[in-house]
Amino acid sequence: MCEDGGILTYSFIVSIARKTGLSDPEGATTHKALTDLGFTGVSMVAFGRTISIDVEAMSQDEARSQVEAMCAKLLANPVMETYHIEPAS
Amino acid sequence: MTIAVVVFPGTNCEHDIVHALELAGADTEMVWHRDTDLRGADGIVLPGGFAHGDYLRTGAIARFSPIMDDVVTLATEGTPTIGICNGFQILCEAGLLPGGLVANRDLKFICEPVHIRVESTDSVLTRAAEVGQVLRIPLNSYEGNYVADNIQRIEAEGDVILRYSGSGGEVDDGTNPNGSTNSIAGITNAARNVAGFMPHPERASEAILGSTDGMVLIESFLASAELARA
Repeated sequence: MCEDGGILTYSFIVSIARKTGLSDPEGATTHKALTDLGFTGVSMVAFGRTISIDVEAMSQDEARSQVEAMCAKLLANPVMETYHIEPAS
Repeated sequence: MTIAVVVFPGTNCEHDIVHALELAGADTEMVWHRDTDLRGADGIVLPGGFAHGDYLRTGAIARFSPIMDDVVTLATEGTPTIGICNGFQILCEAGLLPGGLVANRDLKFICEPVHIRVESTDSVLTRAAEVGQVLRIPLNSYEGNYVADNIQRIEAEGDVILRYSGSGGEVDDGTNPNGSTNSIAGITNAARNVAGFMPHPERASEAILGSTDGMVLIESFLASAELARA
C-alpha cells in the first residue's frame, strides 16, 4: 500500500471457478493425467483462473466493493462461474 | 431489407457471411463495434472470429462494445438476431441467450464439417428447415462446448434448435464433437427471435465449398427478417 493524500492502493486476488456440475475439460483431463501418473488419491481437479487487481480507494471496504462490482459485471460470468475475492498479502 | 453484420476487432468471418447473405438476396451493411447505431436494420448478424482476442472469456469484452447497446435494444424489441460461433458466445455473454460456451471436451480446436440435426423450426434460424433434417456444416472452434446451469428448463421450453448428430440424425456421445451438454449446437431465446449456434453456415453456402446445407439457415433468417419488417 502506498499513501497518496488519503487514497491508498489496495491489492486483491480474484479467484474464478467453474460452477460445480458444469463441464470442466481442463480439470477432467488433468485429473486423468494425475491418476495415470500414480496419484491415485486425487478425487477432484477443477480449473479456474486468478486475476490480480490493484485498486486506488479511500478504504479497504470501498476498494473491495469496487472489485465486487467488477466481478459481477465483467470478470466472472454468473451463468457458469463463481468468484471469490481475497486481499493480497 | 438490410442486414447489419457487426464487426469487432478480431472478427474474421464477416466477408464470408456477407457473401452468403448477398447470395440469398439480402442487402448488407457492416457495422464497426465502436458505432452506436444499427440504423434500424431488419436483421442482425454477429459473425465468427475472435472478438477482442477472446481474452478473459470468449465474448466477455465484446458484449460491452458500444454497438452492443443497440444490438440488445433491437433484439429485445424483436429484430431477428443471430450469432455464429464467436457471435453465439457474445450473445450468451450479453444475456440474450441462456448458457455459455467452454473449452471442447478433448481440448482440441475442431475445424471440420459436422452433422447437425434440426430440433425445432420455431426460430429465426430454422423456420425454413424441417424437424429432423440433417445438415453438414463446418465447425471451427475451441470453445464450442455448450453448458448451462438451467439445462432442464432450456430443454423443456424447446429452446434447443440444433443438435450435433451423425449423418443419419443419430445423437449420442460418439456424434458429439465437442462435449456440448445434450449435444446442443444451437439455441434460441424465449421470444424466438434470437438464435446462436456454433457451426458456420456461410462455409456451406455454395457448391464450390463442398456443401450448400448452410443456406437453409441463412434463408430462414432472411425470411424472418422480411416477416419482422412487414
